Amino acid sequence: MTYLPAGLPAPVTEADKLDQPYWEGTRQNKLMIQRCGSCGTWQWGPEWLCHECHSFDMKWVEVEGRGTIYSWTRCWHPVHPALKGFGPYIAVVVELPHAGKIRMLGNLLGEPQQEVEIGTPVTAVFEPHDDAKVPFTLVHWRQV
Amino acid sequence: MTERTLRGKVAVVGVGETKYYKHSQSPDPEFVLALKAILAACADAGINPKDVDSFASYSNDRNDPSRIASALGCKELRFSNMQWGGGGGGGAAAVGNAAAAIVSGQADVAIVYRALAQGQFQRFGVAAAGGTVAGENALVNPYGIFVPAQRYAFKMMRFMHDHGIEREALRAIAMASYHHAQANPRAVMYGRPLSEEDYDNARWISEPSRLFDCCQENDGAAALVLVSAERAKDFRQKPAYILGVAQGSNHRHAARAYNATDLGTSSFGPVAPRLWEMAKLGPKDVDVLQSYENFTGGVLMSLVEHGYFKPEEANDFLKLENLIAPTGKLPMNTSGGNLAECYMHGLELQIEAVRQLRGTSTSQVPGAKVAGVIAGPMVTPVSTMILGSEETL
Repeated sequence: MTYLPAGLPAPVTEADKLDQPYWEGTRQNKLMIQRCGSCGTWQWGPEWLCHECHSFDMKWVEVEGRGTIYSWTRCWHPVHPALKGFGPYIAVVVELPHAGKIRMLGNLLGEPQQEVEIGTPVTAVFEPHDDAKVPFTLVHWRQV
Repeated sequence: MTERTLRGKVAVVGVGETKYYKHSQSPDPEFVLALKAILAACADAGINPKDVDSFASYSNDRNDPSRIASALGCKELRFSNMQWGGGGGGGAAAVGNAAAAIVSGQADVAIVYRALAQGQFQRFGVAAAGGTVAGENALVNPYGIFVPAQRYAFKMMRFMHDHGIEREALRAIAMASYHHAQANPRAVMYGRPLSEEDYDNARWISEPSRLFDCCQENDGAAALVLVSAERAKDFRQKPAYILGVAQGSNHRHAARAYNATDLGTSSFGPVAPRLWEMAKLGPKDVDVLQSYENFTGGVLMSLVEHGYFKPEEANDFLKLENLIAPTGKLPMNTSGGNLAECYMHGLELQIEAVRQLRGTSTSQVPGAKVAGVIAGPMVTPVSTMILGSEETL
């Protein structure tokens, strides 16, 4: 059982492989993000070089899947054919304070009408889609 | 070094638009709409379309200047320009780009245009079905986030949280647009007033936006004719001079998955100060303002970041009586704007600013001399401009 109905677009690794370590990591329930091998700056989304020191030595580091809600929205209007008759559902931007305050987007699991407060602690929940043509795993969040 | 500025050097001497339609209802193909708006702008100025030599547009407009110039039989094509970035962020930048080309001798008679026929092409507010996504979209679409009302909700929600903005403030923005549309027969929402109850009871789209916080989607086209200030008085209409224009965005705006350094922003933070510097004016000098409503929350942040009021003053300032012509402190979106006149990606706002300076708006601010136009907020890059009458030079 997935949070959103089947039929939404499936994520695939970029043609240039920039984000491949992230998507491979999620398949093993690992949250992999970038950290500069030269100056230690955390970086997300993925980019070829460090935005701080311009080193191309970007490492992929596993980080703990926890954070706080930085912003959120509850979506009501079905904007995609797969969402017709479904909803509402919640999407959150989560800040990871232990990883340079980078942010990640995911759905907030649980009751769709639940109260959502900016600053609330959340933990990551991995949602595998093993039956997809190219299997992938999404990263959701749940209030602690 | 001489001062680098566009202030007072270029004027809008003609404006034109097609009839505005609800989305997918234009009887004409998009290219025909573009041609009709351009011909209308030339007729308004009293200029032969064959004497147009330059074109500027934005938001990946599909109507190529080379084809337009050929279709119109322009004697030659000089400057042809596309502002980077999607949405309506480039509306003022396109005017600035054309003006810069005129001042630097690359263009003489420039058209700024935008045409949309969403029935012929993909709509903005509906996602295409199925398939796979990569890059930024892979981090967003599988979570049900596709369209602007959702993508920008995170910015508006964060700003409203940080500053304690009440829903009544957003409601005043929506109601000002609808109020002005009732005086404007060209407006798609003419004859369809919006009450406080209608606003409050409307369905949610994506929190914090309800239905009437969101712009329409429309078909139509709009165009402006620009010439150098030296030639501005050779044409039929009272010129509207460009006093200032600025474009850009904030630090790491396009870092994927909402990793811009400052998320809860319209992106005008670093842009608006450059506007005021070039215009040699401040927010208090503006007689009438057009502020692009993709969403009312975007207008809220645009106004704050242009310095019209402080975030903590928003709930007091954003009251309907302050926002309507002729008596409001800051009459805003006086043609009905994107919400209620037409969503022509904001170029209809540039035209309304020109009308205000000519004294021909359907909700005229008496004696308006300085008119502001803020293009689409929250995207990257954004842009903004100030127009003035001859007295302001």
